[in-house]
Amino acid sequence: MNTRVKVALLWLLVPVSAIVLALVVSSLVLIIIGENPVSAFRSMASYGTQPNSLASMVNRAVPLYVAGLAVAIGFKMNLFNIGVEGQYRLAALLSAAAGAAVSLPAPLHIAFIMLVAMAVGAFWAGVAGVLRVKRGVHEVVSTIMLNFIATGLGAYLLANYLRKPRLPNELIIQTRPIPPSGGLPSLAVVGGEDLRSFLVIAIALGIVVYVLIWRTRFGYDLRATGINPEAARASGIDPNRMVVRTMLISGAIAGLIGMSDLFGFFHAYTLDFPTGLGFDGIAVALVGLNHPAGIAVAALLFGWVDRAAQILDLEGIPKEVIIITKGVIILSVVVAYEVVRRIVQAQEIKAAAEATRKLEAQKEAVAA
Amino acid sequence: MDERAPAVELKAITKTFPGVVANDDVNLTVMPGEIHAVVGENGAGKSTLMKILYGMIRPDGGTISVNGREIRFRSPKDAIASGIGMVHQHFMLATNLTVLENVVLGSEPTHGGVLDFDAARERIRDLSKTYGVPLDPDRIVEDLAVGERQRVEILKVLYRGARILILDEPTAVLVPQEVEELFRNLRDLKDRGVTIIFISHKLDEVLDIADSITVIRAGHTVATVKPQSVTARQLAELMVGSELPTPETRESTVTDEVMLSVRDVGVRVGERWTLQDVTFDIRRGEIVGIAGVEGNGQRELVDAIMGMRSPQQGSIHLGDADITRWSSRRRREAGIGYVPEDRQLRGLLLPSPLWENAMLGKQTMPPFSSGPWINRRGAHQRTDEVIHAYHVATPGPDTSAFALSGGNQQKLILGREMIAEPKVLIAAQPTRGIDVGAQAAVWEQIRRARAAGLALLLISADLEELIGLSDTLYVILRGALVAKLDPATVTPEELGSYMTGAREAASA
Amino acid sequence: MSWAAVDTAQVEGEKGRRLEARRILYLLGLVILLLSAVRSFTGASDLTSSGTYGAALRLGVPILLAGLGGLYAERTGVVNIGLEGMMILGTWFGAWGGVEFGASWGVVLGILGGAMGALVHAVATVTFGVNQIVSGVAINILAAGVTRFLSVIAFTGHGGGATQSPQVTSSLPDLTVPVLAGGKPFGWQSPDLLGWFEGHHWFLVSDVAAMFRGFMAELSILTVITLLLVPATYFFLWRTRLGLRMRSAGENPVAAESLGVPVYAMKYLGVLISGALAGLAGAFLVLEAAGIYREGQTGGRGFIGLAAMIFGNWRPTGVAAAAGLFGYADALNLRSALAVHALLLFVAIALLALGVWYLFRGRISAGLLSGLIGVLVFVWYAVTEDVPRQFIFITPYVATLVVLAVASQRLRPPAADGLPYRRGQQTA
Repeated sequence: MNTRVKVALLWLLVPVSAIVLALVVSSLVLIIIGENPVSAFRSMASYGTQPNSLASMVNRAVPLYVAGLAVAIGFKMNLFNIGVEGQYRLAALLSAAAGAAVSLPAPLHIAFIMLVAMAVGAFWAGVAGVLRVKRGVHEVVSTIMLNFIATGLGAYLLANYLRKPRLPNELIIQTRPIPPSGGLPSLAVVGGEDLRSFLVIAIALGIVVYVLIWRTRFGYDLRATGINPEAARASGIDPNRMVVRTMLISGAIAGLIGMSDLFGFFHAYTLDFPTGLGFDGIAVALVGLNHPAGIAVAALLFGWVDRAAQILDLEGIPKEVIIITKGVIILSVVVAYEVVRRIVQAQEIKAAAEATRKLEAQKEAVAA
Repeated sequence: MDERAPAVELKAITKTFPGVVANDDVNLTVMPGEIHAVVGENGAGKSTLMKILYGMIRPDGGTISVNGREIRFRSPKDAIASGIGMVHQHFMLATNLTVLENVVLGSEPTHGGVLDFDAARERIRDLSKTYGVPLDPDRIVEDLAVGERQRVEILKVLYRGARILILDEPTAVLVPQEVEELFRNLRDLKDRGVTIIFISHKLDEVLDIADSITVIRAGHTVATVKPQSVTARQLAELMVGSELPTPETRESTVTDEVMLSVRDVGVRVGERWTLQDVTFDIRRGEIVGIAGVEGNGQRELVDAIMGMRSPQQGSIHLGDADITRWSSRRRREAGIGYVPEDRQLRGLLLPSPLWENAMLGKQTMPPFSSGPWINRRGAHQRTDEVIHAYHVATPGPDTSAFALSGGNQQKLILGREMIAEPKVLIAAQPTRGIDVGAQAAVWEQIRRARAAGLALLLISADLEELIGLSDTLYVILRGALVAKLDPATVTPEELGSYMTGAREAASA
Repeated sequence: MSWAAVDTAQVEGEKGRRLEARRILYLLGLVILLLSAVRSFTGASDLTSSGTYGAALRLGVPILLAGLGGLYAERTGVVNIGLEGMMILGTWFGAWGGVEFGASWGVVLGILGGAMGALVHAVATVTFGVNQIVSGVAINILAAGVTRFLSVIAFTGHGGGATQSPQVTSSLPDLTVPVLAGGKPFGWQSPDLLGWFEGHHWFLVSDVAAMFRGFMAELSILTVITLLLVPATYFFLWRTRLGLRMRSAGENPVAAESLGVPVYAMKYLGVLISGALAGLAGAFLVLEAAGIYREGQTGGRGFIGLAAMIFGNWRPTGVAAAAGLFGYADALNLRSALAVHALLLFVAIALLALGVWYLFRGRISAGLLSGLIGVLVFVWYAVTEDVPRQFIFITPYVATLVVLAVASQRLRPPAADGLPYRRGQQTA
């Protein structure tokens, strides 16, 4: 069999094995708690493929995708930006407040809010980057600490400075609402469900990230530093600068995670604003193997699973079972990736040695 | 004729790895109490053979006999139990642990699980005294010098009752004076009935110490000879199988134009000055060699010239420009090339394809990039050129770097640097780990580039290479240039003396 | 080298170690002095009350356990970012065990829960070679998810819900030292000498008395066990055969393997112990501190434990000291806004003193920076009456960041920490 085909099939094994394993384990869990996995999956499948479900899937996938991109940029450089959670929430809060404080024509208003969000996210991630470069503090611990600090700081700012003056019967604490010029209309209405327009920006972002990492000099430097920091240094790359720049970019993208929800639904930052997207983003980046295309697939997959599982409650099945499903997928992908990588590597060494031998033989034949 | 059973007898040993036959029907017979050398060039199969003897690898075919009894090793533990001890070329020491902890690891004396430090210390002190190897068991290995660390390795095997010692390239990291001390120890051990197998490719040392020599080439046993009956040159020819090339350079191509000028450069790390008052020039068409034991400031010097470290003192000029504060990238772009000494660590992106490796160090320059974009086609073309001009054996530019053999990796690195026609090339250990044939080819390329005007800084541990290629030869010791020698007249022994400070020059 | 030189070198090494210990004691003394002064000045008795010290101890225990857990894993060369997740499993299984079978069983199940998470981490990283941080992060995500699922199954409809368990009524035994701290041996109420001293609010004397009393009153048996684990860990890792082998796996696994040490087994052991300790920490949080399981209860303590391990330079006593520091920060957080406010004064003075010391040493920029921040903190103290609730909440996290930023220089982690290891690899 042609080596290339063989290699492609081997890599396909990663997602396939993950999904199969996830289905098996989820079924087992369902059986243990006394439910019927087949009917559960069937309900999910039928509910999840309705048009409005598909639209909901995309809506859920978009913030996940952005989060995955933010995390993946760091991963590509061996930087673990676990702080996307804090970065995006602080960014959403401050950009919502900023957006409510100005009034600009529509496209500018959107751009302004996005810029503020990116700046906040970049700053919050940048702190961790600087700590790493100047004091050697590992970014995993520092970004997690910054997550907690962001929670506290954000709560303080919201409660004391950014709050919309409360009407007598209002219970929700939120920032002042953003005027309509700072919102995005829905892209289409599918089966009664609004398809949020930020999707377009997210797709563009994915393309930009791809080009940045694989087609530019900066991207080369980034990948080289992630693969072999010593060799990167010897080749002229300044590792400290790379760390800070990458964290800034990662944080800037993280800042945009909340934008889809902000522009398309909430129009203000409230205490109900979606949380946990940062950690979901890490999961999505891992499952997508840090590639914009893979992350898109992973985001859609997780979005679909989340949506389809809503039906389970109606059948009396705890929908939390899909947490197990997603967890198994994450673990399996990560493990399968290592296994396949090693096999592919051995294959490549063998193939290279063979091809080289043939070439040498040819050369000798010619010389003779 | 010795009627005793051989201490070690390897018969018809065969071992194949994917794509390469490391050992093919190899035979080795070592008599008890003798010092037996195994010589061969890099990649000939000596290391594999020794790993088989030590139980780290299992042979595909053939037999191993120890003291007359055929035996199978499933792991190093079995070999150790048979009285075989291996002293590796790259020390296997945990530097944060003490000498005692390193020596007893795996064979600890205990009282029900708790370490019996007193028993261990006593045993180590005994062994130390018996073999004249003074070592404090409670010192942290990190604080020990290279020669001392080697003694810890020897102590490790003696502690386990080894009567057959395998030493893998033991003198690779030692200077002539330390080698003498090691040989003294080996002769002492031999007097106590210990059998020693000694792997080396330093033929003069082998002729000095060995009782018997086996030559291995391309996975086969070529010959077993007595040192009295061969010369180094004959041995070398047995190793290579053909006439040996020599690195001797012919006429001088040195011009007057100074390409790189290093003036009073000093580097301080913490409290210590690792480099002090280093001054030298490299002219167009000149090869300046710097000889020295590893760890005397070569790394800091290279880092300072390449821009990875800022010198606290002094200046560096490239032609007329003062580059002392320039970034690493800027120096690269200005025409300084670099062949790092540890290719896998500093010179390659192993999982990446060759065309991305060819870019390393030049990613901001054409043909590899234009503006902010990477020029893939340009990169592929250039990689093809390097592959052809420097005979890198590979299917193509898309092959991953890890799939190449060490020698071919080094050729790629050399090729990518030299094909860019740098003004100055800094080469640290450029022919380390590549076989003699490839080494000769590299020397030829260097000589040709030199004739075309290349200015080369050569940092090497290969004394022959230094003497043969350099136009000007310095010796570096404890961070300072202590001698300037004429490569046409100096001998390896003299050079070694300067390198250890045993001999001092009037001025550098 | 001569034998005389060898012996001299050994003596020098010992002298160096003794100097270091003395310096740390001086520093500690200064800190207590300063704290007492600030307490007298501001009247924030909680700054140095036995209640606070007791709380510091109680809150430091999970951090100490997590830190020791991290130490065991990293000493065998495996970075365990998943400690938080293992602690989460410990909280859940501790609560469930406590509710179903009683507190003691809760402890056991909590330990097992943490160990299970560790098993996953070990299999992924040691056997399959997955990146250690990726695996740890995945475990954290998984643990949070799995416990949510399990809560839905086990707690909803039984007195709890998706995010919390029913109250755990069973509890663990407590100890109080008699005579000094008012313990009750055999039912007789003994005098409370240290408490008497504390009550008089005398400068320094009362503060020191309070500190000792805090460590002697209402000690949970788990606390005592945890404190004993510190010397036990030192003894185990540095004085036993198994301990040496484990450490060798984290220093140079290739060398260890070549000498017959089963490196994979050592790593598994280190990671499993690490998970067990994290699980114990979780069980402690539920059964000793809160009496109930709540989602998010661990609050990042797994990571703070890692910070304690780093700050403690991968040595058990260091981890204990760091955990004490973090516990103190956590305790103040809970006890009194006045104390947190007073702490600002303490921090300001400490920073100014540090700045002066730096300037003396010739490190101008560091000195100026410390001084500047000290002044800013002092202004903050002077201008405000109290510290907002949300800022009190973030005290431990800020403390962690500060500690890491200050400490990350003269550290000595195990040489092969975090490096991937495949059996049969030739070089490190």
